[in-house]
Amino acid sequence: MTDSLLAEAGLLSPKIAGQARALDYLEEEQKRGITIKTANISLLHEIKGKSYVLNIIDTPGHVDFTGKVTRALRAIDGAVVVVDAVEEVMVQTETVTRQALDERVKPVLFINKIDRLIRELKISPKEIQEKLSRIIRDFNTLIDIYGEPEFKDDWKVNPSEGTVAFGSALHRWGFTSGIAQEKGIGFKKIIEIYKQERWQEIQKTLPLHSAILNMAVENLPNPVVAQKYRIPKIWKGDINSKIGQAMLDCNDDGPIVLCFNKVQMDSHAGLVATGRLFSGSIGEGDEVYLVGAKKAYRVQQISMYMGAFRDVVDRIVAGNIAALLGLDLARAGETLVDVTTKEMIPFERIKYVSEPVVTIAIEPKHPKDLPRLVDIMHRIAVDDPNLVSTINKETGEYLLSGMGELHLEIACKVIKDFKLDITTSRPIVVYRESVAGQGVIAMTKSPNKHSRFWIQVEPLEEKVVEMIEKGEIDDIVGRKQMGTVLYRDAKWSTKEARNVMALEEHRNILINLTTGIQALREVRATIISGFRWACQNGPLCEEPLRGLKIKLMDAKLHEDPVHRGPAQVMPATRKGILGSYLTAGPILLEPIYKIGVSVSPQWVGEVTSIITRNRGRITSSAQRGSLTMINGYIPVSETFGLAADMRSATSGHAFWQCTFDHWEKMSKNLALSVIKEIREKRGLNPEIPSPNRFIDEA
Amino acid sequence: MGKLVFVGLGLHDEMGVSLRGIEEIRGMDAVFAEFYTSLMIGLSIEKLEKLIGKRVSIVTRKDLEEGGGSLILQKAIEGKVALLVPGDPLIATTHIALRISAEKQGIKTRVIHGASIDSAVIGLTGLQNYKYGRSVTIPFSENKFALDTPYSVIMENRKMNLHTLCFLDIKAEEKRYMTIKEGIQLLLATEKKMERGVITLNTLVVGIARAGSRDPTVKAGYIKEVITHNFGVPPHSLVFPGKLHFMEAEALITFAGAPEQIKEMIK
Repeated sequence: MTDSLLAEAGLLSPKIAGQARALDYLEEEQKRGITIKTANISLLHEIKGKSYVLNIIDTPGHVDFTGKVTRALRAIDGAVVVVDAVEEVMVQTETVTRQALDERVKPVLFINKIDRLIRELKISPKEIQEKLSRIIRDFNTLIDIYGEPEFKDDWKVNPSEGTVAFGSALHRWGFTSGIAQEKGIGFKKIIEIYKQERWQEIQKTLPLHSAILNMAVENLPNPVVAQKYRIPKIWKGDINSKIGQAMLDCNDDGPIVLCFNKVQMDSHAGLVATGRLFSGSIGEGDEVYLVGAKKAYRVQQISMYMGAFRDVVDRIVAGNIAALLGLDLARAGETLVDVTTKEMIPFERIKYVSEPVVTIAIEPKHPKDLPRLVDIMHRIAVDDPNLVSTINKETGEYLLSGMGELHLEIACKVIKDFKLDITTSRPIVVYRESVAGQGVIAMTKSPNKHSRFWIQVEPLEEKVVEMIEKGEIDDIVGRKQMGTVLYRDAKWSTKEARNVMALEEHRNILINLTTGIQALREVRATIISGFRWACQNGPLCEEPLRGLKIKLMDAKLHEDPVHRGPAQVMPATRKGILGSYLTAGPILLEPIYKIGVSVSPQWVGEVTSIITRNRGRITSSAQRGSLTMINGYIPVSETFGLAADMRSATSGHAFWQCTFDHWEKMSKNLALSVIKEIREKRGLNPEIPSPNRFIDEA
Repeated sequence: MGKLVFVGLGLHDEMGVSLRGIEEIRGMDAVFAEFYTSLMIGLSIEKLEKLIGKRVSIVTRKDLEEGGGSLILQKAIEGKVALLVPGDPLIATTHIALRISAEKQGIKTRVIHGASIDSAVIGLTGLQNYKYGRSVTIPFSENKFALDTPYSVIMENRKMNLHTLCFLDIKAEEKRYMTIKEGIQLLLATEKKMERGVITLNTLVVGIARAGSRDPTVKAGYIKEVITHNFGVPPHSLVFPGKLHFMEAEALITFAGAPEQIKEMIK
C-alpha cells in the first residue's frame, strides 16, 4: 500500500509499485511479504489545487512487532488501520487500534484485498456487502470498547463520511464513497471489470493513493488541531506553563520539544534518532538537551524521510517528523529540548503493550566474532523495543528475548545478514516468580554485620499491577501524584501510598515504612539497587520476580558512611527480599498467548482439539461469513511447533495469530518440574533454597 | 582449645608492631593479615615475614565479610591463629563481628594493641583528646547524598565547640587513596548544595599525611591555603578544629605552620 503512496510522490515508477515494496527495504521483509521495521516517509499531496504535507510511518502488521507500532503512534496524529477483507478483524487489529486510541491517535479504516473476495472466494455482491458491514461494525465495536468517552462517538468510522476506504493494495486501486459517487463506479461495476480480467483499468480510474491520501487529508487532524487534545494525554507536565502552551498551539516560535519514536544504528551515519517535533523549530547547529540522558548536544544534521532515504534539510517546524544525527544517547521515548529549558518534564515513558516472553541463546561459530555479536545484538535491541539482549554472567551465554518464535527467527536472520555465523539454542519460555500470600518480616545483616534490615514481601494488588502497566503510576509522575493515585484508586493506607521508594520494570514496588532513620536518605539509592537486583533473579529458578509489594519495615545502620556503602547495603536488601519471599507462598507464573484462528467450519474440531490438547482454552467461536473465528488462550510454552500441527491438521487452511496476553499461575506439580528443569539448565543446586539461606538470626 | 589473636601493626611500616605482638605471633600456627582497612605505605610483606619468622596469608574484604571469616575461624578452632591489622586492630569496628563470632564458637580471643591514627593525630596536631566529637569518613561515592553525613557531623561537632577527625576513604582493591585536596573538594561541593556555611575557603583545617612515618607532613591553615599545600603521598587525614584552647592554637602555629590570626579563635 505504501508503494502506491510513493508512486504518487514520484519516487517509484507506477509500473513496479505493488510489487516493489519500497518501504520494506529489508530484504527479509520483501521475501516474507510482511513489514517488520517501521519506515518513514514525508510527501506532498494535492487536493483541489491545495497542497498538504503528510508525514507517514509504515508500521509492521505482525503481532510480534507491536513495540514498533507503539513507538510510531507517539509521533503521529492519525492512523490508517488496514484490515484484510478475507480474514476480517483479527487479534492484531484489536491490539493496534487499542494502542492508537490510548495515544489519542484518530483511526480511519482501509479494507484491503477486495480483489480476493471477488476472484478467489467468488462471493456474491450481497455477501461482499455483508462482509464489509461486519468488518466496519466490528471495528467500531473496538472504538467503542477502547475509546475515551469524549472521542469515541466522533471517531467511529462510516463509509458515507469518507472514513472507510475499500480496495486492493496489490492491484493498486481504492475508493471511498465520495470518490465512488464522483466517478460513478461501485462494487457491481468492479466485479464486472474483474470478471472481464480488466482490473488494470481500475488503477487508472481509482488510484489507491488518492483514496488513502484524500481520506487522510479530509478526515485525520492536522498537528495544530491534534496537539490541542493529544498533549494533555501524552504529556504529564503543566499545560498552563509556557512550554505546555507552546505544544498545545503547535507553535513554531515556541521552545524546542521533540519526542523520539525510533532510534537505529546506521553503519555510516551512526545513531539516527527520529522523532516528532511538538513545538518550536529545529535546525543544524542548534543547541539541544536530552532530558532523560541529561546530556547537551549540538545538532549535527537534520533530515526528513523519503522512503529508505533521508534528505538533509536546513530546518523543520513543529508538527513534523525529523531524523537527527549526532545524539549518541538518544533512545525511543526520550524527550529533546532547548538547552535553555532543561527542566522540562519529559514525555511519559511509552508503554509497550507486549512483553518479550521467548528467549534463545546465541553463540558465534567462531569465538573471535564474539565482540561483533555483542555489538550487533545491542544494535538490534536499540532498534526494536520488544527485543531484549542480555548476558548470563554465570554461563557466559548471550541471550535474546522476543515476542515469539518468528520474531526471534527474524532477529537471527538480521544478525546473519551482518555476515556473522551463529548457532542458536532452541527457544525457551520466560517465566516469572511471584507469591500467593504474605511473608515473614525477614531480618538480614550486611556482610560486615554492622547494619541490619527488616523486610516483608506480599502480593501486589492486581489493580496496582494494572496501574503500572497503564502508566498511571511511574517514576516520572513523581512521588506525590503516585501517592494520591495509590491512596484514592488502590485504597492503600496513607503511610504506604506516600512512601513508595521505587518501581521496578517487572511490576514490583518497594515501600519505605521506616521512621526516624537519619542516614536513610544516604543509603536510599543502594537499597533501591538491592531491590532491583533481587527482582532480576528470584530464588525459585532465577527468573524475574513479578507483582510484589516489598516493604522495608526497619533498618539499623552503621554510624560511618564507608561502613554502610553499596557493598554492605545491596546484598543485605536483596537477601531480605528473597528470604521473606520464600516464606510468602512462592508461585511460578507462565506467559499466556491470546490466540485467534480463522478457519473453514470443517476444521473447527481439529483446531479446537489442538488448542485444548496443549493446555489451552477456547473462549469464543463465531461464524464470520464462510469462516469460523476461534478465540482462546494458550500457554506460550505449548506453542513451539504449533505451526506444524496446525498445518497438518487443517491441510494449511488455518490462519492464526498469537499475541502475549497475561501471566498465569502454574499448578504446583507443573511449576516444580519447570523449576527443576531451569535449575538444572542453569547449573544451580537442584533444591530450591530454604528461607534460612537468606534470613539471618539476631 | 583454639585461640585467635588480633595484633595491631601500628602505623606506616612493619616497625609499628609491638614487641608483645611479635612475641605472640611467633607462637602461632597460622598468621593472616588484612590491608584493606588502611594503607601502610612503608610496609613490605617480606620484611614483615622476616621480622616475625612466619609466613603471612593475606585476606581480602570478601574473605572476611562474605565468607564470614570462616577461613580464619576454621583454623582457630583447633590451633592458634593471629590476624594482623593495620593501626589498632578494632578501631575501624570492622573486625568486631569476627571477634564476636569467634567467642561464640568457643574460640578464645585476645587483642594486642598498636598505635592508631586516632592517637597519632592528637599528638601531631596538639588538638586535645578531650575535645573531639564524632569522627567520620569522607567517602569516595557516586551517591550524591553520601557526603551529607561528613558535612553534618562537622557542623554538629562545631556547634558543640568540638573537633572533627575525618578519615579519608581508601579503595584498596583499586589502589585509590583519597588525598586531602580531594577530601576538601568533596566537602566544598557539598557546601554548594547545603549552603550552611560550614566549609568555606576561610575555614580552618589541619591536614596530616603519613602519620607514624619518619617524615609526616602536618599543615594547619585556611582551606584556601591548605588545598594547594603539597602533602606528598598518602595516607592522608583531615581535622576540622572547633573552638581552640590557647595551648592548641600555640601547637598548631608551632607544629603545623598555622597563621597567627588563629589566636583570635581562642575562647
